[in-house]
Amino acid sequence: MADTTNKKFGWGLVNALVVVYALFPVLWIVSLSLKGPETLSDGNFIPREFNTDNYQLILDPDNFGLFLRPLINSIGIALISTAIAVVLGTMAAYAIARLSFPGKGLLVGISLLIAMFPQVSLVSPLFEIERSIGLFDTWPGLILPYITFALPLAIYTLSAFFREIPWELEKAAKMDGATPTQAFAKVIAPLAAPGVFTTAILVFIFCWNDFLFAISLTSTEASRTVPAALSFFTGASQFEDPTGSVCAAAVIITIPIVLFVLFFQRRIVAGLTAGAVKG
Amino acid sequence: MAEITLDKVSKKFPDGAVAVSDVDLEIADGEFVILVGPSGCGKSTTLNMIAGLEDITSGELRIGGTRVNERAPKDRDIAMVFQSYALYPHLSVRENMAFPLRLAKVDKATVEAKVKEAAEVLDLTQHLDRKPGNLSGGQRQRVAMGRAIVRSPKAFLMDEPLSNLDAKLRVQMRTSVARLQRQLGTTMVYVTHDQTEAMTLGDRVVVMRGGMVQQVGAPQFLYDNPANLFVAGFIGSPAMNFVPATVEDNTLRSPLGDVPMSDRIRRALEAADAPREVIMGVRPEHFEDAALVDESNLPTGGKFTGQVEVLESMGSDKFAYFTVSGERATSADLDELAADAGGADLPGGAGQQLVTRLSAASAAREGSNAEVWFDADKISIFDPAGGRNLTYRD
Repeated sequence: MADTTNKKFGWGLVNALVVVYALFPVLWIVSLSLKGPETLSDGNFIPREFNTDNYQLILDPDNFGLFLRPLINSIGIALISTAIAVVLGTMAAYAIARLSFPGKGLLVGISLLIAMFPQVSLVSPLFEIERSIGLFDTWPGLILPYITFALPLAIYTLSAFFREIPWELEKAAKMDGATPTQAFAKVIAPLAAPGVFTTAILVFIFCWNDFLFAISLTSTEASRTVPAALSFFTGASQFEDPTGSVCAAAVIITIPIVLFVLFFQRRIVAGLTAGAVKG
Repeated sequence: MAEITLDKVSKKFPDGAVAVSDVDLEIADGEFVILVGPSGCGKSTTLNMIAGLEDITSGELRIGGTRVNERAPKDRDIAMVFQSYALYPHLSVRENMAFPLRLAKVDKATVEAKVKEAAEVLDLTQHLDRKPGNLSGGQRQRVAMGRAIVRSPKAFLMDEPLSNLDAKLRVQMRTSVARLQRQLGTTMVYVTHDQTEAMTLGDRVVVMRGGMVQQVGAPQFLYDNPANLFVAGFIGSPAMNFVPATVEDNTLRSPLGDVPMSDRIRRALEAADAPREVIMGVRPEHFEDAALVDESNLPTGGKFTGQVEVLESMGSDKFAYFTVSGERATSADLDELAADAGGADLPGGAGQQLVTRLSAASAAREGSNAEVWFDADKISIFDPAGGRNLTYRD
C-alpha cells in the first residue's frame, strides 16, 4: 500500500513539475499582457493592478489593420489550408495504406523528401515565383505553401491510422452489400475519424504558428497573419515598448488553438477500433 | 438458397503464383461443404472467389445456375463470416446485425423483426445494445453469424470462423454451427485447417493441397478410402502411420514385421499393377494389444513388438508410442504433411514414430516391451512415386 502511495506521489510530483515548466512562460506572458508600460519591468509575477489597456489597444476597431485584420487572415488561411490538406491527405493516405499501385514507393519517398526539405532554403525561390505570378501577398500565396508542407505530415499520420483499420471490415461491408463508396462512408470513415481530427489539429497548429512564410511572402495587411503582424507592433508611440501589446496578442492567438484542441479532443477516442477483430 | 458450381476455376496472382488450379466442385442446394487443407493450399482463395472478393482468373462460377464471375460481392447474395469476425466496432450489436438489411433498404419494422429473430436464435437478445468491444470472443462470433443470417442469403461462406476461440468454446460452437445450418437449410461452404472440424461438420469434405483438389467425399468415406498419401495423412487424428514395405508373394515385408496380404489387398495390388516397393499405412485405431486379440484372429494380422516409449491413458483407451527402427517412408506428400504439422524437425532419432491406440484393458506400460497386433485387411498401400492409394475402393 505504502509503496503505491509513494509511487503515486512521485509521479504526481514529476507531472506537476512538467506542467509548471510548460505553463510558466505562458502565465508570464498573460501577466505581462495585463501590465501597463510603467510596471512592465517591475518583476512582479502577479501584476499589482490589472491593466487591460493592451487588449483595448489591439482590439480597437480603429486599429483594425494592427491586429484584427491579421487575425482574420490567420483564421481564414489556417482553416482553408487545413481543410484542403486533410481532404487530399485522407485520399492519398487511404490509397497508400490500402492499394498497391505503381509508383507508390516513389510517392511516399517524395512526400518524405518534402517534409525533410529545409523550408528556409525555399523562401527566396518562392518569393520570386509568387511575385512573378502575382500570388505574393495574397491568401493563396500562403495557403499553397502551407498545403505543400502540411500534406506529408497529413499523409503520414493518416496512413498510420488507415493501416490500423482491419481490412476485413471493408471486405465484410462488401459482403453485406455495400458499394465501395458506402463501405468507405459507413465503415472506414467513421473509424478513421479520430485520425482525421488528430491530423487536422496538427496541420492547423503548423499553419497557425508559421512565421517564416508569413513574414517572407506577405507585405501588407491584405494577407499578413498574426505571427508576422506581431513583429510589426510598435506600441502606442514609436518610442514606447510594444511588449505589453505583443503579449496581449500572443494570449489571444493561443485561444483558438486551445479551443480547437478541446473541441476535437472528445472525438479522439483511443482504441475506437477495439472489438472489430480478435487481437 | 441455391447450388454453387465451380467449373475449372483457377486463380493466378499477378506475380505468376497459382493459388488455385482447375477446381471442379458441385455444391448442392442446402449442402454443407468443408474445404480443408494445410495453410497455403488455396482453400481461402477459393472461398474468396466464391464470395467475389478475389477475381477468378479462368473458369466459371455459377450460383443458382447463373454465371456470377463478373458480379460484385453485393450482387451475389451470399453472406460471409470472417475468421476475425470483422464486426463494425462503432456500431452496436443491433446495428451490426441490421447493417446488411439497411444497405438493402429494407423497411425499419422488418429490420427490427429480423434482427430480433436472429438474436433469439443466437442467444444475443440481452447484448443487442452493446458494442462489439465489450463482448467476449464467443459472443462476437455469434454476432458475426447473426449478421450473416439476418438477410437469408443464398449461401453462407465461413472462413475459419472458430479458430479464434478457445478449445472448449470451439467444440461448443461447432455443434451450434451444425445445428444452425440444419435449421436454416442454407447452402454453406466452410473453410478450416482443422481436420476434426472437417470430419464432424460437413456433409462433404473437399481436401485441398497446393491449389488442387485431392479428394471430395463424405467424411467417413475419406477416412476409410483416402485417394492418396496426402489425404490419408491429413484426415484422422492421430494421423495414420506410414512405413516402407516390399511386396513379396503373399506377404508385405515391413519394419512392422511380415504382414500377410488379405484377398482384398492382393487383388487391389494386382489390379493397380503395384510396384514392389510401396508405402504401407496403418491407422492407430487399427492396432490392438496382442494379448487382447482373439487367438483365431492373430494369423490374419501383423505383429510388432517394441518398447513403449510413451503411454497416454485417455481413460476410454490408451495411446502407446513406439519407435520403429529402419528406414522412414519417404515421399513428397509425407514431407509436406510433416512440414504442416511442424514435425519436420522433431528429434526422431534413427527410427520413426508409431502411434497405436489400444483398448483401456491393455497391460502395456511405459518403458517395458509390448506386443501389438493390427488387422491386415484394414491397411492401405500407397505408391511412393505419386502417392496414389493402390488399395482404393470406389
